[in-house]
Amino acid sequence: MLTNNPFAELALIFPAVMMQYFVIAMILLIIISTGLDMMHKKNVIYFFRNAKKAKKSAKKDLSVGKKTAVILKTVAHDIATTSELGMGKRRLAHVLGMYGTLLFWIASVILIFKYTDGTNTPTYLTFIWHLGAILTCIGGYWFWFFLRVDVSAEAHPWYRIITADLFVLALLACATFGLAWSFFQFKEMIELSYLFLILYITSNLILFGGVYWSKFAHMFYKPGAAIQKNLAEADGSRDNLPPPADAPKQFGLGIKREQPKHY
Amino acid sequence: MSTFVYMTRCDGCGHCVDICPSDIMHIDETIRRAKNIEPNFCWECYSCVKACPNHAIDVRGYADFAPMGHSVRVRREEEKGTISWKIKFRNGTEKDFVSPITTKPWGKFIPKLSEGDKPRQGEMNSQVLYSEPEGLDTKKDLPTISKNSFKKGVYY
Repeated sequence: MLTNNPFAELALIFPAVMMQYFVIAMILLIIISTGLDMMHKKNVIYFFRNAKKAKKSAKKDLSVGKKTAVILKTVAHDIATTSELGMGKRRLAHVLGMYGTLLFWIASVILIFKYTDGTNTPTYLTFIWHLGAILTCIGGYWFWFFLRVDVSAEAHPWYRIITADLFVLALLACATFGLAWSFFQFKEMIELSYLFLILYITSNLILFGGVYWSKFAHMFYKPGAAIQKNLAEADGSRDNLPPPADAPKQFGLGIKREQPKHY
Repeated sequence: MSTFVYMTRCDGCGHCVDICPSDIMHIDETIRRAKNIEPNFCWECYSCVKACPNHAIDVRGYADFAPMGHSVRVRREEEKGTISWKIKFRNGTEKDFVSPITTKPWGKFIPKLSEGDKPRQGEMNSQVLYSEPEGLDTKKDLPTISKNSFKKGVYY
């Protein structure tokens, strides 16, 4: 199954160009919906206003080189490893889901655009597609059943669905139905493979068509916020926060946070 | 004054939800970030501000006695055992303070709530508070006042 390119099999009965148009349509949906979301939430205006305010209260001017260094460090540390989630299960689940999704999407685009014309698909590429989907499922279901803040800190049952779940549920549906489609196609169980193909397409439409209503765009906003936060730390404005304490030794260790589960 | 959340900084970890003694910090259903659902019930205890690992919570002062432009922010560093405050006045004056996180001996007097029984769903939805009635000593009948006592009026 891991060596199966489900898109190549589909291309035998369905024009590959339609799949390519579908991918382009989904990308356009992301761009348009994120643009609309930014206009609605006015978060770009907020970001620039905040940056202006931070510049006013900056303690030192940062050179372009220093700014670049801060941004690169933020990308490598804060964004690539989602460090704001601290050490623990939430971060691990998030990293699994994030890299799984990226691998799944990138591999999908390559498979659809390059390997639906009868060319032999390299095994590593189909492996990456399946691995991406599996990682997304592991991270996503872990998050969904156990780590969601509504479940872990607010004590709501896991089956309570709210608007904020649209993104994670649609993403999980994409990965799960994609895997199921590939599996049944590989096993040559035609009816089931078509059923899961339809579910896979539907979940993709919900995921990318629902960007305006879902948390999809947080993938773009969060990196921006992390960069702004670290630039504010570097230029001394720190969003009015006090500087890190130069702690006298006698203060000793503080009381460590416990897991927020005292509902 | 009441707390509010910088949505760009909040990552929805739930620490403020957990610690708020007024139970007014909750998770937004649309964006899964924390929010103060009842700002006028906030008693400015700063528990959530100090508990937030991302410094995403701030306190908004009423404009009449805390004029626009001031700021009171806090950074809690448990690994150092410190809590630092920055007070910024409207005229630009800044004051920084650093204190120990607590004056109690480390590790003592911390309620071990996580070791207690997990409440059931019915208890979650109930109006009764955690540890009630034992904690509030209301297991007995509530005290009553005879109607006649009201007729006397109030005298100072």
